[in-house]
Amino acid sequence: MQASRRPRTGDAVLWFATGLATLLVLTILLILLVDVIKHGAPRLTLGFLTKAPAEGMTAGGIFPAIVGTVALVILMTLAALPAGVATAIYLHEYADPMAIGTRVVRIAVNNLAGVPSIVFGLFGLGFFVQFAGGGIDKLFFGGAKVYGQPALIWAALTLAILTLPVVIVATEEALSTVPRDVRLASAALGATKFQTVVRVVLPQAVPGILTGAILAVSRGAGEVAPILFTGAAYFLPTLPHSLNDQFMQLGYHVYVLATQSPDVDATRPLLYSTVLVLLALTFALNASAIVVRSRMRKRMAGNQA
Amino acid sequence: MHILAFSAVAAMVLILIFIAKEAWPLLTSPAIHKEVTLAKMWFAQQWPGYDAPEHVWQPVSEVPKYAVWPLVVGTIKVTLVSMLVAVPLAVGSAIFISQYAGRRAREIAKPAIEFLAGIPSVVLGFFALMVMASWMQSLFDFDSRLNAVVAGVALSVAVIPVIFTVCEEALGAVPRSYVEASVALGAARWQTVTKVVLPAAAPGIAASIALGLGRAFGETMIVLMASGNAAIISANPADSVRTLSATIAAELAEVVFGGPHYTVLFALAVLLFFVTFVINFLGERTITRMKRRMGVSA
Amino acid sequence: MIANTAHVLEDVPNGHLSVKGLSVYYGEKKAMGPVDMEIPGKQVTALIGPSGCGKSTFLRSLNRMNELILGCRVEGDVKLDDEPIYGSTVDSVAVRRRIGMVFQKSNPFPKSIYENVAYGLRIGGLNDRGELGGRIERALQQAALWDEVKDRLHESALGLSGGQQQRLCIARALAVEPEVILMDEPASALDPIATARIEELIHELAQNYTVVIVTHNMQQAARVSHYTAFFFMGDLIEFGRTDLIFTKPSQQKTEDYITGRFG
Repeated sequence: MQASRRPRTGDAVLWFATGLATLLVLTILLILLVDVIKHGAPRLTLGFLTKAPAEGMTAGGIFPAIVGTVALVILMTLAALPAGVATAIYLHEYADPMAIGTRVVRIAVNNLAGVPSIVFGLFGLGFFVQFAGGGIDKLFFGGAKVYGQPALIWAALTLAILTLPVVIVATEEALSTVPRDVRLASAALGATKFQTVVRVVLPQAVPGILTGAILAVSRGAGEVAPILFTGAAYFLPTLPHSLNDQFMQLGYHVYVLATQSPDVDATRPLLYSTVLVLLALTFALNASAIVVRSRMRKRMAGNQA
Repeated sequence: MHILAFSAVAAMVLILIFIAKEAWPLLTSPAIHKEVTLAKMWFAQQWPGYDAPEHVWQPVSEVPKYAVWPLVVGTIKVTLVSMLVAVPLAVGSAIFISQYAGRRAREIAKPAIEFLAGIPSVVLGFFALMVMASWMQSLFDFDSRLNAVVAGVALSVAVIPVIFTVCEEALGAVPRSYVEASVALGAARWQTVTKVVLPAAAPGIAASIALGLGRAFGETMIVLMASGNAAIISANPADSVRTLSATIAAELAEVVFGGPHYTVLFALAVLLFFVTFVINFLGERTITRMKRRMGVSA
Repeated sequence: MIANTAHVLEDVPNGHLSVKGLSVYYGEKKAMGPVDMEIPGKQVTALIGPSGCGKSTFLRSLNRMNELILGCRVEGDVKLDDEPIYGSTVDSVAVRRRIGMVFQKSNPFPKSIYENVAYGLRIGGLNDRGELGGRIERALQQAALWDEVKDRLHESALGLSGGQQQRLCIARALAVEPEVILMDEPASALDPIATARIEELIHELAQNYTVVIVTHNMQQAARVSHYTAFFFMGDLIEFGRTDLIFTKPSQQKTEDYITGRFG
């Protein structure tokens, strides 16, 4: 054979080019994180998290925005989880993969994931605020504007539809990790399909569903376009205390502060700190989703062993 | 329970119905037609004070003008810039991570890119506006500080994780037997990667790009904050632009409910809805066709 | 097909593999060896033995495919016509161009029949359509597949039957014109008719190539090979002419295995 190993230029070039691409991507992430932490950390005190904004957004904290975000996300999850899990169960356990109905649902789920977020916002406005809200007003409040306006409940429902695909996909993945044998064993003991699903499959799928819920929450906490017209507000004197109140929200706050602040330099510290809080929240949620998912995968590997 | 299960379908249908419902008057209402018609939106109009018929988007003015083309051109420009940046970086990283990187590199890079995926677009818009714009300004000396390049690059940061995840999965799913066969024939690593692995993963890579394209097209917050929001038709990427989605987001707050401007914005939403639907559909069809051409998957 | 009992010249110049002290380790654990073996050129040598005896590991060391496995270490010497295969200055890619391999489960690329056979040539730098066509036809003829596919060269290889796919893989390996062909249980996934065709093919190939074949089917070894090596628990127990091994083995273990006392 050849006396020496030829330096394989093709390998070196490919390795270098693709490695460079990876490095660039990671560098962008790093720069962003460093910048936000550098400018946002100084103001990040406990007071910041627990006080309301003051003096035209140049001092104080963002407590109302945190409360608004939390309330929004809880309501959203309450709506999205049952619908998403049910859809996933239907697709995975009941549906005939070849049937038209199944294909339609799958197409719908895939495309729902691709709908632009602003379209969701408009839908929220047109359907929830005006149609549903207006309808409720006519039926129960004699036409007074109670629900027919931007409100916490409508924003939450809009976000629920947006995050529906996330829940569905994660739940389906969870259902597929449950081995076929347990379903067969349950059926052999005389259980109906519904009983098998509820008593045997679902409990085992909980970690995956939890992952889906966490990812949905992470998505919902950060989306701004859908809530622009369905309930978010820049400054409210009181915290939201009923479903038809407006609310402050972290992402929306960032948007307004960044684009419409009368004094950019003065509000910059608050802006950076808000971004930092939002990023920290996202990071915590993503990290817990990863932990849950990896633990679930390890358990599944243990099951196959 | 089965009723709940069809919620996704219901959602899609409802979305289409309700945005179309609010946009419908554009086609039917004579009151709206006094100010704007579908034709007026797509063809150049002769406005008072202009030398020749032009496409102008200026809904808030004495003579409201509703040309769609500036918005479409803006959307295309930003999407193009973002894809030109995102595709090489995302596909390149996916190749590196799945074919060359060791386990430790993989364990650092994959969660990092997943985290990148989780960054809210409003944060990316903020970053583009506050940091990237100034940095690019000092580097390139643009005429407009906020423009299609800034928005496009920021948008690519959002698109990269989308493409990367699907791409990396596709590359990892290539059966090991193909790699073994190639190596046994005396192929160098890069030959195996470019001539066997990449072609075998092509449908997945195509799918990832289609997904990224859909995401880029419909993105709102980043462009709203970083594109300069000037509705003009120009080929220069360094000019400010206005995209369809940003227009809706920026102007809906100020419109008269039910008025012409309101109706037109909903019509734009219908357009967005259909275009993203078509992109997704075409993407999936291409992939099915590619899979079929490669024969039954082994 | 009776095992060829033709004698073999002592030092056949082409395709003779000389193995000395070959051992293979996975991490700390020794999987096989040390083994000494002289594999005669242009003959068929069969490697037999029960599951897990190391015959496949041995086969894969002959073309350095073991290196694809993490933690695998090889000690000892393998020479092809007096040229070493191992060594820090030896290019494994070049080795594999001279020593080809066919796998147990056929693994054609998801490309056309033409492109499958062309692959080895293209990566070697040959792209001229005229010459490619000639070499591809020759390889497919040698693999006894040409007549069946000559009218559909540009169709997907995955549309072929199992037996045809395996012959395609053989053609693919032959196209680069190696000196040695290694086969890892090439017919074990095939039906009896397809198996018979592969065995016929192996017999023909020996006229031009050195063939080393791993098989768990003793009758196949007896039918097809000139020389047989019996492995057991990672060691080479006996090596010799096939007719002698199967009628007058010199080791007790060999006899036990051949007579079916253990499998």
